[in-house]
Amino acid sequence: MTVRLLAAAFDPWQEIVRYQSGQPDLTGKFGATTVFVGTLRDFNQGSAVQAMTLEHYAPMTEKHLERVAREASERWPIDDLLVIHRYGELRPNDPIVCVAVWAAHREAAFAACRHVIDELKTRAPFWKQELTGEGRRWVAPEPKTK
Amino acid sequence: MSITVRFFASVRERLGKAQEIIDSAGINNVADVWKQSARTALPDNLLAAVNMEYARPDQPVRDGDEVAFFPPVTGGAP
Repeated sequence: MTVRLLAAAFDPWQEIVRYQSGQPDLTGKFGATTVFVGTLRDFNQGSAVQAMTLEHYAPMTEKHLERVAREASERWPIDDLLVIHRYGELRPNDPIVCVAVWAAHREAAFAACRHVIDELKTRAPFWKQELTGEGRRWVAPEPKTK
Repeated sequence: MSITVRFFASVRERLGKAQEIIDSAGINNVADVWKQSARTALPDNLLAAVNMEYARPDQPVRDGDEVAFFPPVTGGAP
């Protein structure tokens, strides 16, 4: 189980391949891999977004991301879990977050992946500030939807 | 005998400070820390953490603690 916070742009697909090949214990164990990648859009709440700054509270962020990941690994029978989250300056099309789960079967892989992405959104201390044509604005949390 | 206080995002901008050290004398809980730092009552819509765990306004605060105030979080994917 690994949680990483990155200040610079990353390629989630390369990171997943690299992580998996670095885990020899996984070989032959998993039959399912689920991946969620969140990417910065170029529009939000009716405005064109030119850039976004993601502020966070280190090391509270790591602590809560690790807790969410541990919960998922205790609740579902999974083999491994990788969470990568950006902070700092992002541009549209930059990946923001990546969650990958390896498990014997798909049900646990899907459920654990969904749990991690849903929970980190409400529990990890990140704040988004968008740069639009009208200047910088802090993004308000969205009402809870499923 | 001190408490480290940290502010994030719009709270940091509004107060014009990211961090300060306050005297722990007379400080009993999270709401007291805010009052000492911001000179106002703690707004309902702010979140707080003590030693990096989410905390309620009435949670006790002790000498050496790190207390943080911030708006609701907006992390994860859009």
